[in-house]
Amino acid sequence: MFGWLVWRDLILAWRRRADVLATLFFFIIVVSLFPLGIGPERETLRTIAPGVVWVAALLASMLSLGRIFGNDYQDGTLEQLLLTPQPAYLVVLAKVLAHWIVAELPLVVIAPVLGLQFGLSQNGLAIVVVSLLLGTPVLSVIGSVGAALTLGLRAANVLVALLVLPLYIPVLIFGSGAVQASVTGSSPQAWLLLLGATLIVSLVFAPWATSAALRISVE
Amino acid sequence: MLEVINLTCVRGTRRLFKELSFSAESGELVELRGPNGSGKTSLLRILCGLAMPAAGEVRWNGTRIRSLGEEYRGSVAYLGHQNAVKDELTAIENLRISSAVCGSALDKKEAQEILKRVGLTQQQNLPARVLSAGQRRRLAMTRLLTSKARLWILDEVLTSLDDAAMNLSREFISEHLKQDGIAIVATHQDLSLAAPRFQRLQLS
Repeated sequence: MFGWLVWRDLILAWRRRADVLATLFFFIIVVSLFPLGIGPERETLRTIAPGVVWVAALLASMLSLGRIFGNDYQDGTLEQLLLTPQPAYLVVLAKVLAHWIVAELPLVVIAPVLGLQFGLSQNGLAIVVVSLLLGTPVLSVIGSVGAALTLGLRAANVLVALLVLPLYIPVLIFGSGAVQASVTGSSPQAWLLLLGATLIVSLVFAPWATSAALRISVE
Repeated sequence: MLEVINLTCVRGTRRLFKELSFSAESGELVELRGPNGSGKTSLLRILCGLAMPAAGEVRWNGTRIRSLGEEYRGSVAYLGHQNAVKDELTAIENLRISSAVCGSALDKKEAQEILKRVGLTQQQNLPARVLSAGQRRRLAMTRLLTSKARLWILDEVLTSLDDAAMNLSREFISEHLKQDGIAIVATHQDLSLAAPRFQRLQLS
């Protein structure tokens, strides 16, 4: 059932490619605006690169949060999913995984290309990718809590941002810290370990909170 | 067997019904009647575990449904106001994916057979977006045929169906009752079904 649900969400995303591409282009444009606005000084760009890439990733993933449950909620599929004989935890995990593949993985893939604009070294680019790989699943899974809580509300998009962005702060600090460390020549290992720990903790607890929030929203 | 004990439902500040009790046994059809806004849908949602009652409890084979959890959800099929049909998927994809997610995967042949029963053979490869309201309802009905649930909870099944489809859903329900299933149906039209056991519940 897990695989089928992920597969279903991937097909649905493929048939609504425009949504997915919009998030990706948002990310590309936001990241590209900084070198244009700040000017071509290498040292400055290299200093701001970690922060810019990570903040842009946070904002881009915010954009797509509404889609995790929104469509399923509107056409009644969500209540059917909650009525399947599987634990709601698994349903949430499958939807979060699909969201990560659709909305976050493209960001991870395109990030090194964007990093070139900031004059990051090869090592720096590799750390950008690794930190995003560890960090973006946290964004999806924590974001799913906010998305579930604001289902069906009018100003859902704004509310999600207010609820979720503060919770993203640790990921932002650890993620950009890792990239910063590699730029300044020290070892990013500690930061990456912290990111990994955040990932594990959020994967254990957040889906549970999300399924509770979904039950409330569906009622 | 399903038992409903002293159920009270409150929506906002309004009390929809108070201390409602009934029970349904194998092969029983419960017809739920009442004017708009009398709490039919709320009752059905409480019965399938999607909503919580303000007071009272629902028991399945003697155990409270809250403590049964997944085991209970496996024995319930719910057809609500919303069809839970995905616009972007074709009719046959909708059927196959929804039944696979519920734990009973169908191969292409079986799926076509079921679509034939509800008269959607020609539409099977069309995206659900282009189907009419009645056709989407027929597609939603296929969920009942693929599920192995003993308890069917149906909310206004007959809405936007034509005569043929109405007869079809009557046929499905009576087949289900013959196989010792239980059906709880909220409706405004007459079901006119010959059920082994029958009760009518009137909400006011």
